[in-house]
Amino acid sequence: MMAIRPVLEIDALSLAAKSNKKLVDNVSFSLSKGETLGLVGESGSGKSLTLRAILGILPRGIEQVGGTVKNEERSAMVFQDPRGSLDPLCPVVKQLTEVVYYRQRLSRRASRKAALELLHMLGLPASLQTSDRYPSQLSGGQCQRVVIAMALACKPGILLCDEPTTALDVTVQKQIMETISALQVELGFAMVFVTHNLAIAAAMCSKLCVMKEGKIIEQGNTLSLLQNPQNPYTQMLMNSVLPVPELEGSD
Amino acid sequence: MGAALQVKNISVHYGGFTALDSINLDLPKHTTLGLVGESGSGKSTLARVIAGLVVPNEGQVLLGPELLKRKRSREQHKKIQMIFQNPDASLNPKHSIRQILSEALLFHRIVDRAQVGTRCKELLARVHMDESALDRYPHQFSGGQRQRIAIARALSVEPSVLIADEPTSALDVSVQRSVLDLFSKLKSELDLTLLFISHDLGVIHEISDTVAVMKQGRLVEINDKDQFFSRPETAYSRELLSAVPRMPNLKPSGGFHEPRT
Repeated sequence: MMAIRPVLEIDALSLAAKSNKKLVDNVSFSLSKGETLGLVGESGSGKSLTLRAILGILPRGIEQVGGTVKNEERSAMVFQDPRGSLDPLCPVVKQLTEVVYYRQRLSRRASRKAALELLHMLGLPASLQTSDRYPSQLSGGQCQRVVIAMALACKPGILLCDEPTTALDVTVQKQIMETISALQVELGFAMVFVTHNLAIAAAMCSKLCVMKEGKIIEQGNTLSLLQNPQNPYTQMLMNSVLPVPELEGSD
Repeated sequence: MGAALQVKNISVHYGGFTALDSINLDLPKHTTLGLVGESGSGKSTLARVIAGLVVPNEGQVLLGPELLKRKRSREQHKKIQMIFQNPDASLNPKHSIRQILSEALLFHRIVDRAQVGTRCKELLARVHMDESALDRYPHQFSGGQRQRIAIARALSVEPSVLIADEPTSALDVSVQRSVLDLFSKLKSELDLTLLFISHDLGVIHEISDTVAVMKQGRLVEINDKDQFFSRPETAYSRELLSAVPRMPNLKPSGGFHEPRT
C-alpha cells in the first residue's frame, strides 16, 4: 500500500510525431509530494517532451498516442533559457505582477505586493521596488530567478525544471540550485528536474530516471542507481562527468 | 622553449565599457592554455583580439617574434585559426562539406586545385570522419560531427596557434569527451599551440597544461594546472572551483581508494 498518494503519475506515456515516429515510448513514473525526480539523458532523448506532455504544451505536430498523465496539482515550468522565456518589452516586476494577478486572482495592488515579495524571496535586489527593469538590464542569473518567481506565482504543487542552470555560470548555477532546494523545503512542492549533468542530478534529486531515445532505460533511487548502474549507457553518462580534483583544505 | 604567442598589455573598450584591461599573457609553444571565467569576463574578446577579429585600443600581439599589426597579412591570418562555440552558425548551410573545406585550402594556396580532393579526404580522416561526408551538407550531421568539420577546416590551413572558444559547450557529454580526445591527439600530432576557452572547469582540467582565470576583463591568476586545481592562489579561483557540482562519493568506505594527486 502506498503511504503517500502521488501528486503526479505518468503511466506508459507515448508521444509520436506526425510521421508516426515514436519520440517518447512507454514512459512511466510517479512523484510524491515534496519529492524530486531527475530525468537525465542526452539531447533528443525525450526529456523535454515528457515535461511538455505533463504541462500539456506539446509542440505542434507531436501528439500523445498512448498512456495517461494524472496530475493532482497545478504544475509550472522553468525553461532553460531565461532571457527567451521573458517578454523583452515588459519590465520584470510588471510581468510578474501580471502572472500573480491572473493566477492568484488578487487585486492589482495586492498582486504587485505579492510579486515584490516573491522577488525578495528569490534574492533579487530591492531596488526593483522603486525602479522596474527590463530583462535585458538584468544578468542571466537574475533573469532565471525572475522566471522561477513567475513559476512559483502560480502556486504550483509540481515544479518542472527544464535544464534551469545549463545557460548559467558555475557560481550562479550553485546559487540557483541552493535557492531552488531552499524554496522546495519551504513551500513543499514536488519537482521534476531535467538535466544532462549527472553531478547536478545527484545533488538535487532523490530519484533518477535515465532516458535514451525516448525510453527510460534505468530508474531508481539516486544513490543506489549511481553506485550500481546496471545499464552501460548510465555507466557511460557517469564516466563523461569530467572530474575536478578536490581543493586542498576545502573541508 | 620560446613563446608561440605573446599578448602584451592589451586593452579593449566598447564605448565606456572596459572589456579587457591590460592583459599580459604568454603561450609557450606546444602547450595548452585553458582560459576560464564567467560570462562577460572577456574570454571571447581576448580570443577575438588574438585572432585579429577585434582591434584592441591598446597593446600588441606577437606571433613568435613577429609583431601582428592592425592589418594582418594573409600568412599571419593563416597561422592563427579559431573554432567557435556553435558549429551550426560557423558552417555555411548552403555549401557542401567539400566546398567548406576546399575554400580555405584554395584561398591560402595550401595545395593545387588538382590535389584539393585528396587533401579534403585526409582532413576528414584526421578528425575521424568518413570521406563520404564530402558531398553532404552541414544539416545532415549531428552537432559533434559538425564540430569535427569545423576543426578540420581550421586545421586545413596548417595553423600554428589554434583558438577554441567553448568548442564543446553545445555538445552532449558523451560527444564532448570524444571531441576533447581529438583535440589532445591533434595537438601532439601537429605540434599545435592551443588556447582553449571554457567555463567548464572539468573540461579545462582534462585538456590544459596551464590555466588562466579572467574576471571582469582582468587576468586574476595564471597558474600551472595541478597547482590551480589543488592550491589556487586567489579567492576568486577558489570560489569558482568550489561551485563546481561534484558527483557524490560513490565508493563504499574502506577498501582500495585512489590516492589524491
